[in-house]
Amino acid sequence: MAGLGLALAAACLYGDFLIFMSGEIVLGVIFLAAITAAIVIYSCKRTYSYRYLFPGLVGFALFVLLPLGYTVYIAFTNYSAANLLSLRGVQEHFLQETYLKSDHRYAFTVHPETDGRFRILLEDEQASAKRYATDPVELRKSASREIEARVISPDGKAPEKSLSMREVVEKRSLLGNLAVTLPDGSAVTMTGLRRFAPRFPVWSLQENNILSNRVTGVTIHPDFETGFYVDDAGRRSGPGFRVEIGFRNFAVIASDPGVRGPFFRIFIWNISFAFLSVFLTFAVGMFLAALLEWKLLRGRKIYRTLLILPYAVPAFISILIFRGLFNANFGEINTVLSALFGIRPQWTSDPMLAKAMILIVNVWLGYPYMMILCTGLLQSISGDLYEASSVDGSGALTDFFKITLPLVFRPLKPLLVASFAFNFNNFLLIYLLTQGRPDMVGAATVAGETDLLVSYTFRVAFRDSAANFGYASAVAVIIFAIVGALAYMNLRLSSRTGKA
Amino acid sequence: MIVGKRDRVTLVFGHLFLCGFLLLVLFPFVMIISISFRQGNFALGSLIPEHPSLEHWKFVLGIPYADETGKMVKPASNVLLWFWNSIKVATLSSVLILLLSGTCAYAFARMKFLFKTKILNGLLLLQMFPMVLALVAIYSILDFVGRYVPALGLDTHPGLILCYLGGIAIHIWMIKGYFSTIPVSIEESAEMDGATPLQAFLSILLPMSLPVFAVVFILSFIGIIAEYPVASVVLQQSENWTLAVGANSFLYEQNYLWGKFAATAVLSGLPITTMFLLCQRFLISGLTSGSVKG
Repeated sequence: MAGLGLALAAACLYGDFLIFMSGEIVLGVIFLAAITAAIVIYSCKRTYSYRYLFPGLVGFALFVLLPLGYTVYIAFTNYSAANLLSLRGVQEHFLQETYLKSDHRYAFTVHPETDGRFRILLEDEQASAKRYATDPVELRKSASREIEARVISPDGKAPEKSLSMREVVEKRSLLGNLAVTLPDGSAVTMTGLRRFAPRFPVWSLQENNILSNRVTGVTIHPDFETGFYVDDAGRRSGPGFRVEIGFRNFAVIASDPGVRGPFFRIFIWNISFAFLSVFLTFAVGMFLAALLEWKLLRGRKIYRTLLILPYAVPAFISILIFRGLFNANFGEINTVLSALFGIRPQWTSDPMLAKAMILIVNVWLGYPYMMILCTGLLQSISGDLYEASSVDGSGALTDFFKITLPLVFRPLKPLLVASFAFNFNNFLLIYLLTQGRPDMVGAATVAGETDLLVSYTFRVAFRDSAANFGYASAVAVIIFAIVGALAYMNLRLSSRTGKA
Repeated sequence: MIVGKRDRVTLVFGHLFLCGFLLLVLFPFVMIISISFRQGNFALGSLIPEHPSLEHWKFVLGIPYADETGKMVKPASNVLLWFWNSIKVATLSSVLILLLSGTCAYAFARMKFLFKTKILNGLLLLQMFPMVLALVAIYSILDFVGRYVPALGLDTHPGLILCYLGGIAIHIWMIKGYFSTIPVSIEESAEMDGATPLQAFLSILLPMSLPVFAVVFILSFIGIIAEYPVASVVLQQSENWTLAVGANSFLYEQNYLWGKFAATAVLSGLPITTMFLLCQRFLISGLTSGSVKG
């Protein structure tokens, strides 16, 4: 047991060492702290109860806390498709650029060996007496890239078989991966279908991350404001790297009219959608629950089972079914509507109709949950109250609004807030039903009329070619603040009802 | 019971209303079953297809069928593979989630330690933040992990399962609630007889709590089967997709396969729905008890 634990600890420490080596210092420190905590907890008697907590809490920390924290960090960077790599990655990109120095060329031929490997023969074009041959190499994707070549005697006979031009064309990308080192130390790579030539790196890395161009003599330095390499005149070159840019992503939301307008329209629709969804699902669910509590009604059990059905079917299936049924051209809903009333509403292209469609589908999806909750609460209300009120001569409606509703509403409050929070972030519904479409006119980023903030975030990050992760995370942080406020409210409400 | 005349009229209206409402509610299900038996992907028609055809079902189940020219075609369908992927990912994740949340719940229900209620409330609070928003971070974390351990990286099922392991707060809460209904005295008497806390947990509390573990397993299983955003970002090749990601691919505007989608939807919806309805009573009491009792 102890041996197993030690082995596990050693493996984890080695993993952490690899993280440190890759330059992710912060991550390495976090993992080191976690490993140390694990060793203390599982070896110390006093921390016994934490032995049960630890695995769950670590899982939670790694897959909930870490992503949330990292998202907040990304919100303050310019991480996007244009600034994808780290500074080191961009430097590597520059250092891989090569140029042909001299007009020295080597004609090559490729000769298959019997074991499926190949030998490459190079012949100096200036001095055809100079010939070189490599050891046999495998031409596979994962094969080693750097090989050496030896001098062979000028009059030695070339091997009989060599690859035809067509075969060379087929293997050109694999051949292009090879770097052949000649005896004089120069490295040659394939420059055409017939030749190898010596190549040299264009850039050399100097102090302070400055790169200097060996050919033109130009130097470029990293600009940590914009995350690009720039020359002295300020012209950008190469791909960008990630830098921290402070509150700029948030400032864009407040100042850029192409972003601000759509953002606030989405925000308003988001709040109205969540409010209307909670209100409508509650109204329908409550009404059905009350109706099904009516003792005189027969077949209540069957009604109840059938009414719960939308809740039992996985949401992704029902939402996609509705997407097809609401299709304006060949959807069944428009077929029925045009047969009955002669209308074909454009559910997907008209903003108002699209919003109506979303609400209809969401009420369909959400009323069974409310109905289940209300049924449970209605059954706990004592019948005495209604008897007393009927003695006073009050009708069913008065009973409902004066007795039932207040009694049900109180314990439901935290659940309604939770439902509001859920609908506020109802990504699945929007994304599978409309994907946020129809798109808004004149928006600087992708933004749709039916987008919620969550689906907007998702589209900005993953479905837009600019892939602006930094901006998407900034929107996410704003949503975090809203959800946090709702969660706090929920906690306050439920602790109050719990005490009452 | 005496039924007055006024009540009888209201009763009729009640039944009429409920039947009408049910008609609207059940319309999509009836339609989708009917569509899965229609010919072609754009066919309109009556509820019971005039020319019922099994082409979509054969496609979905991978059975060879005759195309327009009469040639036998083996369908290039991944539906069964997606189904299997979904079940694999959901089962493994749920088992791991049970392990993590069960042990945590035991500590929360039976042990004393610092910040107990604060930690539990913190877990519940943080779980309210939707994971969709942290997808950028999840993506880059998996990308990073994949560079060192390719089997846990992007586009792998173990990687996806890792992403799901964080969702334990609500399950801890439910299991803890159930543990608190079991009297401590049974475990205490076992410990008097010399059992360690671990033994008391494994051989006394666990067997008595099987019902709640079943409920949590099914809830987490259904939740993961239906999860779309994380799976759609993590899984890239179509052989790796889960059902939720794959089903969406039938309804692209350029490639609208309504009939094939219908068969897929019925095929995948039926087992999950049946499972839910069979366990309905337990699931609903589990769902509401955790929250209402607060």
